[in-house]
Amino acid sequence: MDVIEHGRGKPPLDPHLKALENEAIHIFREVAAEFERPVMLYSIGKDSSVLLHLALKAFHPGKLPFPLLHIDTGWKFSEMITFRDRVAARHGLDLITHTNPDGLRDHVTPFSHGSARYTDIMKTQALKQALDLGRYDAAFGGARRDEEASRAKERIYSFRTPDHAWDPRNQRPELWSIYNGMIHSGESVRAFPLSNWTEVDIWRYIQAEGIELVPLYFAQRRKVVERDGMLVAADDPRMQLLPEEQVREEMVRFRTLGCIPLTGAVRSQATTLDQVIAELEIATVSERQGRAIDRDQSGSMEKKKREGYF
Amino acid sequence: MQSQSVSRIGETLDSSEDALPRPEIAGRQARPLRFITCGSVDDGKSTLIGRLLWDTKAIMEDQAATLERQSTGQHNELGLPDFALLLDGLQAEREQGITIDVAYRYFSTGRRSFIVADTPGHVQYTRNMATGASTADLAVLLVDARAGLLEQTRRHATIASLMGIRQFVLAVNKIDLSNYDEAGFEAIAREFRELALSLGVRQVTAIPVSALKGENIVRRGDEQMPWYDGPTLVEVLEKATQRTGQTTGFRLPVQRVSRPGEGFRGYQGTVAGGSIKPGDSVVVLPSGVEANVKAIVTYDLVRNAAVSGDAITLVLDRPVDVARGDMIAAIDQRPQVGRGYSARLVALSPDGIVPGKRYWLKAGARRQRVTVRPVTVLDLATGKWEDATTLPVNGIGQAELDFEEAAIFDSYESNRETGAFILIDPDSLNTVAGGMIDRKRAPGDRLRTLPGADHASITLPARLVEAFLNTDFAKAHRGEIRIEGE
Repeated sequence: MDVIEHGRGKPPLDPHLKALENEAIHIFREVAAEFERPVMLYSIGKDSSVLLHLALKAFHPGKLPFPLLHIDTGWKFSEMITFRDRVAARHGLDLITHTNPDGLRDHVTPFSHGSARYTDIMKTQALKQALDLGRYDAAFGGARRDEEASRAKERIYSFRTPDHAWDPRNQRPELWSIYNGMIHSGESVRAFPLSNWTEVDIWRYIQAEGIELVPLYFAQRRKVVERDGMLVAADDPRMQLLPEEQVREEMVRFRTLGCIPLTGAVRSQATTLDQVIAELEIATVSERQGRAIDRDQSGSMEKKKREGYF
Repeated sequence: MQSQSVSRIGETLDSSEDALPRPEIAGRQARPLRFITCGSVDDGKSTLIGRLLWDTKAIMEDQAATLERQSTGQHNELGLPDFALLLDGLQAEREQGITIDVAYRYFSTGRRSFIVADTPGHVQYTRNMATGASTADLAVLLVDARAGLLEQTRRHATIASLMGIRQFVLAVNKIDLSNYDEAGFEAIAREFRELALSLGVRQVTAIPVSALKGENIVRRGDEQMPWYDGPTLVEVLEKATQRTGQTTGFRLPVQRVSRPGEGFRGYQGTVAGGSIKPGDSVVVLPSGVEANVKAIVTYDLVRNAAVSGDAITLVLDRPVDVARGDMIAAIDQRPQVGRGYSARLVALSPDGIVPGKRYWLKAGARRQRVTVRPVTVLDLATGKWEDATTLPVNGIGQAELDFEEAAIFDSYESNRETGAFILIDPDSLNTVAGGMIDRKRAPGDRLRTLPGADHASITLPARLVEAFLNTDFAKAHRGEIRIEGE
């Protein structure tokens, strides 16, 4: 068998990124070896793109020894779905998508049910259904500890009860780089290879490795409407406008990608990776500022995670 | 209301003249430095970490705005938000006003990036501190300038040194409240250096700081402390050395065997010591089969060398039997292989460590059955090792471990990767102890008797000598015992 070299002529990573990459690969291999039915949660965003790239590296020259799972709320940007299917085809990935059938039946939308209930039904409950259906005992996720205060306390192997609940006060100690993957039947772990990465690390790695991203991360003239201090994309035909809201075209891009009406855009002229990174250098607000679901209530992320959100 | 408070913070940010520019995004020439902070709420630990994050611009405006909402807009006298709220991320912590669990924080300067393990200070959280210390290169110990060293300072320093940290920074905080007293600072620094030295730590920097006012953290405090010409905290962190800690030869704990197709068989793992290149001779343990390295495969390149820390796929020149949990090692610098060793343990679970119970032990990718017999427990207040047969939660002690199959290991002192392990309770499946290997235990290893000689040499760790001499037996035979270096 001929071993393909993907990095011929590419300059080596700096020691900082190399260390983060090595750690992530180590975690991928450990989980794949210790668990019977691992799965990788794939959200199509930049962190997921980095996660997928690292997974491909970890198992090279073999293929990924697990499927990818995308929880499709039905409210993702169309560019995201196109991108997802192209990536899956290119790497020959085993891609599973799941949408909560109860939510579809009850016509649950961000407009009819509010962001908190919608997120619970179409994301948290959908994820639990999909994990149960696949009987997965380990799920890789792209969460980072720098994202949010409760995530700063999360382990790399985050232990979940059979109900997928997270008990932050009863976490397993995690020493050195020795991970305890022993669980009882029905229990599972969420594994986070990007735990020690920061947003800047993600972008620098994307640049260094030439990782392709959904075009939504780059500035373009897009239809938006201003809502609750956020710029919300308005080009989806299903977008419901409130009275007095006006759609206008602006140069915007997204720092994170979630569901259409719940993800805020930022005004930006950055159309290339270099320009995005330059903007990041002088940014004074965090990426999660654009996420409505974090602002539902204080300790919002911890609450969702306890209930099984990833 | 929210936007108002944000702009207020923005002003604070802008008016700080000496503030660093936001960290450059250019490539960094070192891996992140990992350090741990030890101290209690009273010492101002949250303020110190908050100050580090604030002055290096690691806190963003919307995060500060969240703080504002939670702290009902209260600021301290310097117009800064309440940092403890940012750091104590769990609801229970915010409600109780205490830090329960290890939290990891990230910040960087133009020179380097840092991962801080922020751990609780109380005695019942010794296990959390040990967890944070297990991966740290350096420990920042915090004391109140008015109180000096406390019993907990000794405890923290002891745990940090046991976990293998060899660089200490003593931050003498609230120096402003001691009227920037130089003599007081020097006395604390001197006392701490002696303590560190007694633990075998020679790299010690003491710094007078005011976390609240930001003096000698990121910015210098020359105006108030012209007498201090040493480095700021960030300067020490930027220049700190990373623990390579690996004086062993090549080690590759095998995580998985990759057989993707016809003719390819590779052993995947992270190099845990030494280096390797094609053509090198290696031994597979525990089988002892020897082979040569044919190729080092990675996604990017088939490489001509790999060093400690690299995640690689190793191909050997002949078909040999290698499984997950085996170790591939340098043929001329082999790790130890044996059925038993002695180690220091930190007990992490409420049940402590039960003598004679069969636990699972995981080291690298190898998991095996073990029975544990605690021998001593460390009194953290006095630094003395006392005889013991069990180890309570948060206890640190020495134990003898016995395996049913061969263990493959190095001493923790020579290799932090292959010299460490965790114990897993077979019923709860929880991680119940962390362990650091001291030495192999085998008959004749501890007691060497020369033929015809009238004496035998026993080797003891230096810290056990005093305890040994205090035993009745040793007292009775005092005249017959020779201590080297005496």
